[in-house]
Amino acid sequence: MGTSGEGLGRCTHALIRGVPESLASGEGAGAGLPALDLAKAQREHGVLGGKLRQRLGLQLLELPPEESLPLGTLLGDTAVIQGDTALITRPWSPARRPEVDGVRKALQDLGLRIVEMGDENATLDGTDVLFTGREFFVGLSKWTNHRGAEIVADTFRDFAVSTVPVSSPSHLRSFCGMGGPHTVVAGSGDAAQKAVRAMAVLTDHPYASLTLPDDAAADCLFLRPGLPGVPPFLLHRGGGDLPNSQEALQKLSDVTLVPVSCSELEKAGAGLSSLCLVLSTRPHS
Amino acid sequence: MTTEVGSTSEVKKESEQLGADATKENPKEVAENQQNQSSDLEEEKDSKSSPSAKSQSSPHRQKRQKDPSESRGISRFIPPWLKKQKSYNLVVAKDGGDKKEPTQAVVEERVLEKEEPLPEEERPAKGDVEETAQRKQQVIKVDVKEETPSVSGPETQPAEEVRKEREDEKEIQEDKSEEAAKRETKEVQTNELKAEKAAQKATKKAKTVQCKVTLLDGTEYSCDLEKSAKGQVLFDKVCEHLNLLEKDYFGLSFQESPEQKNWLDPAKQIKRQLRNLPWLFTFNVKFYPPDPSQLTEDITRYFLCLQLRQDIASGRLPCSFVTHALLGSYTLQAELGDYDPEEHASHDLSDFQFAPSQTKELEEKVVELHKTHRGLSPAQADSQFLENAKRLSMYGVDLHHAKDSEGVDIKLGVCANGLLIYKDRLRINRFAWPKILKISYKRSNFYIKVRPAELEQFESTIGFKLPNHRAAKRLWKVCVEHHTFYRLVSPEQPPKAKFLTLGSKFRYSGRTQAQTRQASTLIDRPAPHFERTSSKRVSRILDGALIGDADQSLRKDFPGPAGEVSAYGRGAVSTATAQDGDGRRDVRSPTKAPHVQLIEGKKNSLRVEGDNIYVRHSNLMLEDLDKAQEDILKHQASISELKRNFMESTPEPRPNEWEKRRITPLSLQTQGRKGDHLFKDILSMKEKHQTAATRTVEEKAQEADKKRAPESEGPCTGAIDAVKSSHETLNVVEEKKQAEVGKDERVITEEMNGKEISPGSGPGESRKVEPLTQKDSTSLSSESSSSSESEEEDGGEYRPHHRVTEGTIQEEQEEYEEEVEEEASRAAKVVEREQPVPEASPGKQAGASVSTVETVAQENVVAPKVSAEKSVHEGALKQDVSEDTEDEQHKVNGEVSHVDIDVMPQIICCSEPPVVKTEMVTISDASQRTEISTKEVPIVQTETKTITYESPQVDGGAAGDSGTLLTAQTITSDSMSTTTTTHITKTIKGGISETRIEKRIVITGDADIDHDQALAQAIREAREQHPDMSVTRVVVHKETELEEGED
Repeated sequence: MGTSGEGLGRCTHALIRGVPESLASGEGAGAGLPALDLAKAQREHGVLGGKLRQRLGLQLLELPPEESLPLGTLLGDTAVIQGDTALITRPWSPARRPEVDGVRKALQDLGLRIVEMGDENATLDGTDVLFTGREFFVGLSKWTNHRGAEIVADTFRDFAVSTVPVSSPSHLRSFCGMGGPHTVVAGSGDAAQKAVRAMAVLTDHPYASLTLPDDAAADCLFLRPGLPGVPPFLLHRGGGDLPNSQEALQKLSDVTLVPVSCSELEKAGAGLSSLCLVLSTRPHS
Repeated sequence: MTTEVGSTSEVKKESEQLGADATKENPKEVAENQQNQSSDLEEEKDSKSSPSAKSQSSPHRQKRQKDPSESRGISRFIPPWLKKQKSYNLVVAKDGGDKKEPTQAVVEERVLEKEEPLPEEERPAKGDVEETAQRKQQVIKVDVKEETPSVSGPETQPAEEVRKEREDEKEIQEDKSEEAAKRETKEVQTNELKAEKAAQKATKKAKTVQCKVTLLDGTEYSCDLEKSAKGQVLFDKVCEHLNLLEKDYFGLSFQESPEQKNWLDPAKQIKRQLRNLPWLFTFNVKFYPPDPSQLTEDITRYFLCLQLRQDIASGRLPCSFVTHALLGSYTLQAELGDYDPEEHASHDLSDFQFAPSQTKELEEKVVELHKTHRGLSPAQADSQFLENAKRLSMYGVDLHHAKDSEGVDIKLGVCANGLLIYKDRLRINRFAWPKILKISYKRSNFYIKVRPAELEQFESTIGFKLPNHRAAKRLWKVCVEHHTFYRLVSPEQPPKAKFLTLGSKFRYSGRTQAQTRQASTLIDRPAPHFERTSSKRVSRILDGALIGDADQSLRKDFPGPAGEVSAYGRGAVSTATAQDGDGRRDVRSPTKAPHVQLIEGKKNSLRVEGDNIYVRHSNLMLEDLDKAQEDILKHQASISELKRNFMESTPEPRPNEWEKRRITPLSLQTQGRKGDHLFKDILSMKEKHQTAATRTVEEKAQEADKKRAPESEGPCTGAIDAVKSSHETLNVVEEKKQAEVGKDERVITEEMNGKEISPGSGPGESRKVEPLTQKDSTSLSSESSSSSESEEEDGGEYRPHHRVTEGTIQEEQEEYEEEVEEEASRAAKVVEREQPVPEASPGKQAGASVSTVETVAQENVVAPKVSAEKSVHEGALKQDVSEDTEDEQHKVNGEVSHVDIDVMPQIICCSEPPVVKTEMVTISDASQRTEISTKEVPIVQTETKTITYESPQVDGGAAGDSGTLLTAQTITSDSMSTTTTTHITKTIKGGISETRIEKRIVITGDADIDHDQALAQAIREAREQHPDMSVTRVVVHKETELEEGED
């Protein structure tokens, strides 16, 4: 069931996808993204993979980049995974929809139950979905519509699925995340605070909330790769990226902070939640 | 006729509803209640003297009619025929009460309809009016006669007739249903209600009925019960049969339609709840324990498991595939024990239903998981089952279909923690119990008043549209029960409860969770042996279907109401109205309305009986479906208590919804002007009426005023306290009618005089009025609302609007009250201006002089500003009509329909008030709401809608959309009538809210009036009433043949 919140962050595998050159060149620029240092971006991506594998001890699967999919690295938008079920999303951008194919196959191979959106009217970016361990919040943003959220609710029926309007030009996860099973971390921006208030209204569960100076700092990953009893990790943006938020993050107890940097990838809209997918192949164990 | 009746009845209903504020159903209830009461009276009379019964009944009828007529006062705006219909309907209903035969009623209605055209004409032509009035009277009389022969018919019958009609159109109201039940039971009605009642009791007591209860395991338990048995008796029997001690989580339900499940109230007689439904029940979990592990006995958990398995199989409790499999596996473990390859391999799992749609894959998964549970005892398996099931998001959530303010289909989920709002499968909002200040329902609308969010300043009321009244009531009751069960240590006492203030009398009377837990600890018995049977599981699912079939008859009724609901559309939903206010308003409104239209005397009586009226309305509003007439009396008593409490209750410090509602700031001047316009309009309206039968009208108005006088008398002529006797009032009414028709002003006046004191300056009275507004805002509001309602009733067109508005109005009024009180405490600047406003040419009638004194008090306190405008019109207003009429009418329509009614002009009341209402908070997403709140412009959309509804025309005339009509009082003496109209407007400008109170006092009379004195009184009163506020403007309009404008 996993509804107790204890299942939050349980993971055995992490899935990432390489940075294509197109992200830094024409196609990425064509997508309206600022030019970025490809080498630096790839380096950041490599460090991230290394931390996931070595620091957290996860089985790391890295999908090869595809030049036709400049934003393929942001595979967090392509699937919503909870327990043994993976909902393959239908990204808002038609250009990004092919990205789901590679991810789908990888998740299928890992033994997850694959659920397709199957609705032409639904759009859903995976990073608009926040799973707290007890319930889902789906940000209704530029990328995700009500129908998309409805499919999330239809897919994960055990859980309450609440919609949270996202006013800023960002995804829900770009300014909030889980710092622990009972802790919501959010940035201090208006959109973030508004979303947190909305969530506070919608939830039946009392979450603590931690506000960070930087919205991007709230895009963190609470991961529990080990057995119960082992302190979980919090994968977060490091001091190099967001120095102002580091002190506040120290307030999170009972987690091992694992800082990583993705300031270059951030220029392409990437965050920790979009750069990797984590899952457990034995969710009910 | 049936069809016609239907249409008419609808109109009537609407009008009634409008008048009563009650929803369609509510109006019905109200009507019924009234009928019942009246019928009781009649019955009594009948019993006393059958011959006199007719005459007596006629007065009652008249009164009743008067009520409708009062509503008609609103109807003034509405086409006369509609009004008449309403009134007729009311009459009919009353008559019907006397009469047993629906056909008669129909006939009457027809007659009325025919006559209707005349009434329309009446306004323009006095003669016509008179004729119409006469006709009305005649009709009434006729009805009475007819009734008398059949008189045996008790209240129920007439009500039934009415109900039938209504039912056709609308849903069956609770009362109706009750009545219907009565009908069935008592097919033979005795002449006297009492006799009938007695007979019923006797017969019922003697008779037993077989009850069938479908248990959770699919078996059926049957037993014989006395027909008069209460729900508790059956429930106890069932629990005894089940050997269940922790029974507070459970309940018996019956279905009146496949989709509508009602909980059997243990405290009430079963038959009254069932009405004509078969005595079929299902035993269900009513309150899902949030933590089943805290249940004391395994047998309790077992029944909970059975319920949950039903819920899962039916889809009420959605689960993922994995959860279906897991729960199914625990079910197998509990019922079959450890997995046995030999035994279970051959076992046909299709006997079990693990999910709404069960696949082979699921069965395989179930078996796979079943194997892992080896060693779990049945009780342990059940516990595991519950541990997993309780985490499901929809566990224990009772869903109700509804529409939000925008007409979007949503679901309201009532659970242990509060109220959840779903759109499709998505949760879009949530209101935890602690955040909900008040729950109410009105007609098919369900309202919650919530605390302001962190960043919000104001409370907000959110309205939802349920499919019908019964659904709204059902939801309301479920909310009350859940809140009480889960949140309170012990059941709250109705009167004092701050939560759910003015709701119906209904309260959860069982034990709360806390109490039942405590009681469970005292359970000291060996674990009872019980058998978990899997064989029964198939039948479980059928419960719903079985019940549904029985209820098809009822279903018929529902479609009608639904249609109506649709008609109302979003507007109704959108308007968020205060619950309490509505109830009260409704109550009062009916009474007032009738007075206005038919009888002023009634008004007096009403006034005198203020509490009763209140009670009645409240009864109607609050009343439970199941309540019988007997209960009504109790109800009234309780209501009066509630009222007292309400009155006593200290105003909330927080700003009211008003502020939210009032998005658009209105400049004082503009308001004043608007007020003037309104006033003029009103005058014109009056004048028009007057033209028809100017003086008569005035006189009537005066009478009305007298009745109301105590409240508003101030500047007016002295008559006020005067008579209250209903008989007199009745007489007056008739006379008025006559007067209207034939201008029997003198007669009326005489009577009036007798009852009331001659018109004189009534400063003291006026003072009284003001204080009333503040203190008795409820009462005042009710009055005002009633007037508006009555008007609404009259106008078929307005009905939907009216209804909506009514609800809103009430709330607003309540809010007003609060505000007023608050304001009182605040310091104010006092600026007095006197603006003489010359009004149009004086009426034709010689000697008539109209003077209007408007006093505007403004407070520039940070929060609220209160401006009180008092306009005192002295002299005859009657004749001015022609000019203003058109313009006025427009305004009137928009603002209020007061004008239309010939008879009613006196009441004048609600110039813009109809608009008042609503702060509708759109339900949508939580985030949205917050946004709105931050902006302080929460409700705008809805309000706008409401406004448009009520007063599409208002815009031009009523810039003062924001204004609320608090009070409309008319004091009438021989030569003078005084009408006081109070508008309260709140405007929010950049965080500063202004409350403006505009009072318009219109004094109409033939005699010379000391204008200076009247003005002085008005100002004095204004100051006294609102010491914290400043008088910003005083405008005196004086219209005389000779004199046009005076200060």
